Amino acid sequence: MGLLDLFRKKQKNSANTAKNRLQIIIAQDKADASGPDYLPLLKRELLEVIRKYVSVNPDAVEVNLSHESDHDVLELNIVLPDRPATAADGV
Amino acid sequence: MSEVIVVTSGKGGVGKTTSSASIAMGLARRGHKVVVIDFDVGLRNLDLIMGCERRVVYDFVNVINGEASLRQALIKDKRQENLSILAASQTRDKDALTQEGVERVLNELRADFDYIVCDSPAGIEKGAHLAMYFADRAVVVVNPEVSSVRDSDRVLGLLASKTRRVEQGEGKIQEHLLLTRYNPKRVADGDMMSLKDVEEILGIQVLGVIPESEEVLQSSNSGNPVILDLDSPAGQAYDDAVARLLGESRPLRFLEVGKKGLFQRLFGG
Repeated sequence: MGLLDLFRKKQKNSANTAKNRLQIIIAQDKADASGPDYLPLLKRELLEVIRKYVSVNPDAVEVNLSHESDHDVLELNIVLPDRPATAADGV
Repeated sequence: MSEVIVVTSGKGGVGKTTSSASIAMGLARRGHKVVVIDFDVGLRNLDLIMGCERRVVYDFVNVINGEASLRQALIKDKRQENLSILAASQTRDKDALTQEGVERVLNELRADFDYIVCDSPAGIEKGAHLAMYFADRAVVVVNPEVSSVRDSDRVLGLLASKTRRVEQGEGKIQEHLLLTRYNPKRVADGDMMSLKDVEEILGIQVLGVIPESEEVLQSSNSGNPVILDLDSPAGQAYDDAVARLLGESRPLRFLEVGKKGLFQRLFGG
């Protein structure tokens, strides 16, 4: 390390940040690309249907399509709020 | 049996044309008959990097359209008689390249050349698709930088599905990683992803690492592929990469920071 380095403000290890971010986003890109084209639309419509009855966050609905030996599994995971508000509550 | 090699990347400005020029020149210097084709229709640049821009009369699209023969359109390199260049057209017609046309020209070239190097345009549109479609091997040019790595991963996805070999059930084409603009000092400082990082993310075999060096720009300025400058680290690194492409095993160089003088060590930089 040079003498002047002592006075330089350094942001350490941005390379590691880059690598971690890439690993996450590439895994996500891959998952998106491998799913059928209708998946994003299916996700949106499912969310709309659910919200007709229960007020949930868009983030609370998780739709996953996974492949098993001879069939695909569509997995739907919805986190309901503690006290489910109904459409009648005027949401 | 001739081989079609696509040089591709997804992202622009990472060194595809520079790499195509040096790889083609390197293969030709080793005694192979080589043609390098610019697929970047509308943005012709390989001719400049190869230093033959004033000798372009007919181009790739002219040949596809039957307006010129291959013999008329191929530009013989003045430094290396084994090497020919086929320039891109400057037309703005996006549909100037057709799959049938490209296939016909490549088949004709296969009869005369050992290696056909296809310099892909950036992006994942038609030009890039056609540049990779008939390839037997791919060199994926990557900078150690987030957007380049992500785009390369997309391109690897396309190489795995959108090539003639895959479509005809002949299996995946061989993919090689060429890491360019590598700066060992910044890697050592933790400011740039290392070769190992990029390898781990992309999961393909390394063909070479080209250090960031002044000579690359100087070579483009003068129209001499940097591989001709064997005194420069970049030229040597390209020479190694070409040797590996031909199956030679050579250790990777230029991954570490060079020795510094006392002055540099005291004051950094």
